[in-house]
Amino acid sequence: MAAPLGTGALTEEAGQEKQDTQKDKSIPPERAEEAKLKAKYPNLGQKPGGSDFLMKRLQKGQKYFDSGDYNMAKAKMKNKQLPSAGPDKNLVTGDHIPTPQDLPQRKSSLVTSKLAG
Amino acid sequence: FLGAGGGNDIQWCFSQVKGAVDDDVAEADIISTVEFNHSGELLATGDKGGRVVIFQQEQENKTQSHSRGEYNVYSTFQSHEPEFDYLKSLEIEEKINKIRWLPQKNAAQFLLSTNDKTIKLWKISERDKRPEGYNLKEEDGRYRDPTTVTTLRVPVFRPMDLMVEASPRRIFANAHTYHINSISINSDYETYLSADDLRINLWHLEITDRSFNIVDIKPANMEELTEVITAAEFHPNSCSTFVYSSSKGTIRLCDMRASALCDRHSKLFEEPEDPSNRSFFSEIISSISDVKFSHSGRYMMTRDYLSVKIWDLNMENRPVETYQVHEYLRSKLCSLYENDCIFDKFECCWNGSDRQVEFSSLRTSDIPKIIVMTGSYNNFFRMFDRNTKRDITLEASRENNKPRTVLKPRKVCASGKRKKDEISVDSLDFNKKILHTAWHPKENIIAVATTNNLYIFQDKMN
Repeated sequence: MAAPLGTGALTEEAGQEKQDTQKDKSIPPERAEEAKLKAKYPNLGQKPGGSDFLMKRLQKGQKYFDSGDYNMAKAKMKNKQLPSAGPDKNLVTGDHIPTPQDLPQRKSSLVTSKLAG
Repeated sequence: FLGAGGGNDIQWCFSQVKGAVDDDVAEADIISTVEFNHSGELLATGDKGGRVVIFQQEQENKTQSHSRGEYNVYSTFQSHEPEFDYLKSLEIEEKINKIRWLPQKNAAQFLLSTNDKTIKLWKISERDKRPEGYNLKEEDGRYRDPTTVTTLRVPVFRPMDLMVEASPRRIFANAHTYHINSISINSDYETYLSADDLRINLWHLEITDRSFNIVDIKPANMEELTEVITAAEFHPNSCSTFVYSSSKGTIRLCDMRASALCDRHSKLFEEPEDPSNRSFFSEIISSISDVKFSHSGRYMMTRDYLSVKIWDLNMENRPVETYQVHEYLRSKLCSLYENDCIFDKFECCWNGSDRQVEFSSLRTSDIPKIIVMTGSYNNFFRMFDRNTKRDITLEASRENNKPRTVLKPRKVCASGKRKKDEISVDSLDFNKKILHTAWHPKENIIAVATTNNLYIFQDKMN
């Protein structure tokens, strides 16, 4: 069915005139969803879907490895045991000093694709 | 629906499925692009592990005229490897974002494949004979002692088992600061464009150390960034024309003859928005995830989160048609935002036959079908017939495995009482997304990629 965007909202509002008892139907579905989101996350940015998403998109792939921390950790490791990485090796945060071994392995796939199997 | 019995409607049947059966999907196996070549004989897929698999349609079997040839593996190779840019502390994924085939000029096949940063031109060639009878080498390659050679012979070519070799012929690197989302080969077959979030570059297929920047929307101050480029494509016939879409739901058409840097568009396609309908989600769901010209070049199609729009290049202020893909998701946007599904990038495609359409046909029985296809969740995919305005929802599932059995249309129940055979919105599996689909350029054969499987469907031949 070819129909312009927003048709759903129009149908909802037409219905409302007849049934004032159903409070939710007076709000277009998108706005109702927005209200739900703002209720859960009151500090959500004022800019609707704006720069925050774009910046996140542009920065995809950024990985931080601090060589200073690493070298200091190497030096310290001789003296004491540092807490080891948690079960989730991909999440290196907090007190743990990242080491190259903890960063996710970035080896290429040596295995043939299963589509070719 | 389509397939509900109209004499002319296509009846889709399962043909093949490729990939692992088990549910435990390895990241590397996630299919990231699907593309038929210009003849439809070859079908390429790219995955998150940087691998390309090419299938070839077998020649039609005269005894089995009830089905078109099957697609079997022809070649597979590692196109891209993971990299780490130490200077920027940036991990570069090996995932293949796009594959585009070059038209065939000689015995070999060529395709462009790209990840986030580097585009590669691959040559796929066949070897079915090898020289035998060297004077100085044994058949296994060991060198013969020259003193034992008493006569000379001329090596001859003898047939061997077909070997398909893929070799990288050009590597187009270091031209993109941001992540490449599109590549598109020009109708001049000499140049192509590559687009990232903020810039579009023009390349010559023979030259790897230089490329021309033709669009740059990076603001002087990044704080002022309001939109990014999401897709770009060259016009199929006009070699100076291309379009690019944005995260704000606009499409700009540019003409390279106008200036060297096409920052000023020739046309701006944008549907006016009703300000009273605006919400936090409006911009996110209006972001265009794919743009495709019709084969004739008169129309273009865009895909945003909830709909497919057809635009007439002669009319900028609104699309000529809008098709709702899954309007029932509009009242689920909050959860779709929380689970990130709202950022899923669905592609769309035209059927192959619309090449003939805009060149008039006065006999109504001759109007070729124009159908557009796109994916959705729960391994559903949708088709819209522009002529009849009918649509259909089908499912890519191993449960529909019987060849030559027509696929049953699916229906999602948005609200209220669910009828038998309908599925309710809350039961949809949002992890099963069909983002990539492709339509054979000449025949009614489609390739549909689920997360890690490739389905091939054909129309039921009489």
